[in-house]
Formats: sequence, C-alpha cells, structure tokens
Amino acid sequence: MSVDLQTVKRVARLARIAVSEADAERMTGELNAILGFVEQLNEVEVAGVEPMTSVIPMEMKKRPDVVTDGSKAADIVANAPATEENFFLVPKVVE
Amino acid sequence: MSDLTHLTISQARAKLRAREITATEITEAYLQAIERANPALNAYVVVTDDKARDMARASDAKLAKGEGGSLEGIPLGVKDLFGTEGIHTQACSHVLDGFKPHYESTVTANLWADGAVMLGKLNMDEFAMGSSNESSYYGPVVNPWRRSRVDTMVMPTTHQGDGGFVSAGGTRTARTLDNAQLVPGGSSGGSASAVSAFLCAGATATDTGGSIRQPAAFTGTVGIKPTYGRCSRWGIVAFASSLDQAGPIARDVRDAAILLKSMASVDPKDTTSVDRPVPDYEAAIGKPIKGMKVGIPREYRVDGMPDEIEALWQKGIAWLKDAGAEIVDISLPHTRYALPAYYIVAPAEASSNLARYDGVRYGLRVPGKDIVDMYEKTRAAGFGREVKRRIMIGTYVLSAGYYDAYYLQAQKVRNLIKRDFENAFTAGVDVILTPATPSAAFGIADEDMAADPVKMYLNDIFTVTVNMAGLPGIAVPAGLDAKGLPLGLQLIGRPFDEETLFQTAHVIEQAAGTFQPEKWW
Repeated sequence: MSVDLQTVKRVARLARIAVSEADAERMTGELNAILGFVEQLNEVEVAGVEPMTSVIPMEMKKRPDVVTDGSKAADIVANAPATEENFFLVPKVVE
Repeated sequence: MSDLTHLTISQARAKLRAREITATEITEAYLQAIERANPALNAYVVVTDDKARDMARASDAKLAKGEGGSLEGIPLGVKDLFGTEGIHTQACSHVLDGFKPHYESTVTANLWADGAVMLGKLNMDEFAMGSSNESSYYGPVVNPWRRSRVDTMVMPTTHQGDGGFVSAGGTRTARTLDNAQLVPGGSSGGSASAVSAFLCAGATATDTGGSIRQPAAFTGTVGIKPTYGRCSRWGIVAFASSLDQAGPIARDVRDAAILLKSMASVDPKDTTSVDRPVPDYEAAIGKPIKGMKVGIPREYRVDGMPDEIEALWQKGIAWLKDAGAEIVDISLPHTRYALPAYYIVAPAEASSNLARYDGVRYGLRVPGKDIVDMYEKTRAAGFGREVKRRIMIGTYVLSAGYYDAYYLQAQKVRNLIKRDFENAFTAGVDVILTPATPSAAFGIADEDMAADPVKMYLNDIFTVTVNMAGLPGIAVPAGLDAKGLPLGLQLIGRPFDEETLFQTAHVIEQAAGTFQPEKWW
C-alpha cells in the first residue's frame, strides 16, 4: 500500500501536526519508503497465530483500591505554559 | 587528578571504601574532564555541578563512617529520557522545553539510594528515535573514536631508537587519526560517548530497538538491555511502551553488572515490572562457561555485511569454544521480519504516547487561532523530522481500516519471532552469539542515511529482534576494524538470565581486551 498527498494531509490532521504543502510532499515520499519496507510482512503465514499482547507472560498486577497519591495540584500544573488557580489555561473551546 | 576518571567503577569503589580517594576528588576530576571535552563531544546537555558536589560531599560523610551503598561516591551520567526531580528532563526534544519534573524516575532513584553521584543529563536522539544521535534538538553527539590510517615506513638504519615504534625489521608504523567526525550511534549516543571518553564512570541508557547496544558497539563500551520488566519504566519518558527498557552503558562487563544490580528492581508503580528478586550479577562474572551451549543463528549472516564483521563473529565463536563452550548452529527463521514489524509496532505506540505533547500541560506552546490550531502549531514546531515521521507512520497504521493489515499483522509476526527464540532455548541453547551491528560507526551527516530513512533503520537489524521478544541482550567490544574503530558482539539470553550474559560476555572481554579511544579532544 502507498499513500498519496491527500492521505498524508489527512494523517497529519489526525496526528495534530501542522504541515506545509512542501512538508506534506516530502513526507509522502518518506512514508512510502517506510510502508514499502514493511510490506514484506504480508508474505508471513500467520494463520492460527495469536497477536502478541505481552512480552513476558504475566498476570496484570492489581493493587488494593485505595488512594495512595494525590493532593499535589500545584506540582501537576507547575510545568504548564499557562495556568490559573491550579487549572490549565487553553484558548476558548466553546463559543 | 585526571587519571581518577580512568578508574573503572569496581576500582573506584575499592579506593573509595579504602579511603584512598574521596568522592569529592573523583567528582571534581569528572567535572573538569567534562568542562574540557564537552564543547568537542556534546555528550552532556546539562551539567549538574552543584548537585554533583553536594551528593559527593554526602557520600564522603557516609564513607568516612564506613557506611554507604553499593555505588557510594561513583559519578554517573543520566540519559535525558529519565525524569530527574527539579532537573532538565526533555528527551532532547524542543517540545519539552523547560520541563523539570516534580518526581524522580525509579531507576535513577535506585542509583541515588545506592550512593551514586549525578554529573548531569546526557544527549540522545529526540525521544530516543534514531541510531546516530543526530535527531537531538541539542545537536549531534561526536564519537570519541576516529578512523585512523596505519602507515608503515622503512627506516634508515642509522635513525632508529624512536621508542616503541621501532620494529625488529627496521620499519616504523605510525597511526594517523582522520579528522572526520563520526556518530556515537543512538539513541543513547551521549551515554556511550561520555562513558567511552571518560566523562562519567558509567551511564544510564534505554533501548527500544538497539539504543543501548548499538552505541555501545560504536564506542567500544559494554551495554546491556535487560529482560523487559527487569527495570521499572516509571518516570522514564515513554517511546514504545512494550519495547522500552532501561539499562547501563559501562566501560567493562563488571561495571555493567554493578550498575544493573542497582538500576533493576520490582516496582509497584510499573505494572509491567516483574516480581522477581534481583540477583547479584557480579557474582556470575568469572564463572567458567565449560559445557555451555552457544547458539549461532544462521539468519544473522546478512547480505552486504562487511567481511570484518563476519571475521569478528568467527573470533567470538573461537574464544567461547576455547573456554569450553559447545557451539551449535541454530535457525531463527523469522529474523528478517523483526525490523519491518518493529517499524509498525514502535511508531504505533509512539504516536499514542506522544499525543500528550499538546502545549497544554508542559513544555512548548505555540499560540493558535483556536485550540486545535494551537495543538497543530505546537507539535509542528516542537517535534523534529524523525519524530514527526514516526508519529505519522503510527497514526496511519492505527487509523480506521488499516489496523488489521498493519498493527495486528505485526503483532502476530512478533509472536513468531519470540517463538523462534523459545524453540532454540527449549532445544538446550543457553545463550546466542551474534554481531552487535552490521557496521562500525559512520560519519556525521552521512548522505546515504539522510536520503533514505530505511538505511538508518537497518543499523538495528541484529538488536531489534531482542526487543521484539522481550529478551535480554548485551553488547561487548570484541575488536577494532582495519580503520581502528571498535566493533561489538551481542549475546542474547533467556528471559531474566542476565547472569549468563555477564558470565559469557566476561569470557569475550578476557579474550578481546578493552578498548580506549586515542584522545584528540
């Protein structure tokens, strides 16, 4: 499979990365080189093979359902570009 | 003072405990070495000198009382991917500008609890995506190793007496270092360069497809990627969560064992951390390998591989045979599919992990006309080319209609790769020996690599299989090529059998020796 310019622009939109026309054209070539490389996976016979879900067979660890962390709102917003009273500030979302 | 930086961790540990040297002296020696070398090598992105001096003083106080942990007073460098409280942690990306976490990664917390001293944060490929350390926002790291040319000249008989350069036949050999700058490999290029150039006693690193082992091989250092789940991933910036593992880069096998013992732990904060006690890896070093079964996978003999790599591999086989190991040919038939499967799985996981960099909670924000515009502009400005390329691939393979064809197929192939290894181990193979990389270090700004991303990806052809299967792998220096550049061999072990890797790697080290770059910086 290969991608065209329109697909690259759509994927960039999904990935929330602004791309110029020139970027998109360059990326089309690069992405097709990579997709061409991974194409060879189609020749592998995978009938009856389960997809891997865990590299080491282990049961999901569970812990008691109690609060062990928290009450550090100031720490959490400390690195944000814009905050007010422990809230993250973003451009207006709702008209 | 400066030769304090040439002590291995085990040597420095003995001298510190015997109080022949102090943590402050060795820390100052490293800080001076960094100050002199870093403008040329660019291995550190931040030097935490005040913190290093404070930590060294605290270590000296403990050592004076006969106390202290297993790494008390040992100065280490930390890859910029590890969260370090109050200190620059940016995965060498523009998008994380100014980020200083309010927490400490489990791996670095373990090292500090054992008394290690932090010298600073080490350069790396942006978000650990790369094999040359050229994708860093902070510029490429330079390999302390350079190519050299050996000239042999016949000397006039009257003009002998030039020390060690005179051979019995009256000829003289001179090694001339080439000026071309080489990459240290990646993504842990800063870690490998700093360890090799004596700018830290050892370093933390991470490995998603070969990012510890390939730079170790390119710099004549030892690097181990432990079994997935052995080191906690908590507090390490995530790239591909099912593949990422932390491990050390060190100057010899023993030092790597000492560091891994401290870095590894069982951590309730990482659900993939495996509940198994951490053994004393150092105790495995020096144990005989007589009777051990060493597998040689035929699929690792790839087209276009230089003769020198093949010769190195044969040398490694001979060394292990001489030490009493039994050599058996094995087949890992799905080897060639590991790299293409990796370039689906890793970008898919990366596209998901890197969705969090949106200009809201940390790092860079580029204003936009609305919130989506802000996200798009922030991510366009904040991510470099290689990172964007992988996010795009990952987004595409996970997008509606393509998931089965790409991601699901890759995860099935991954199971087949894992099964190949399981079959070999079930048949009685204890450890697998392969080359670590298909070539020695290449030049910075290599045109072929820049023109075709897949060329760069091929660097990981021998290492990526190990991440796909979750196994432990170690790269150990085994010799120099004709141009005087280091080459490494890789050993692959059973899950959680890092001890056999240290034991076997030490046999190779004993036979091959250790390698130091000629100082030009």
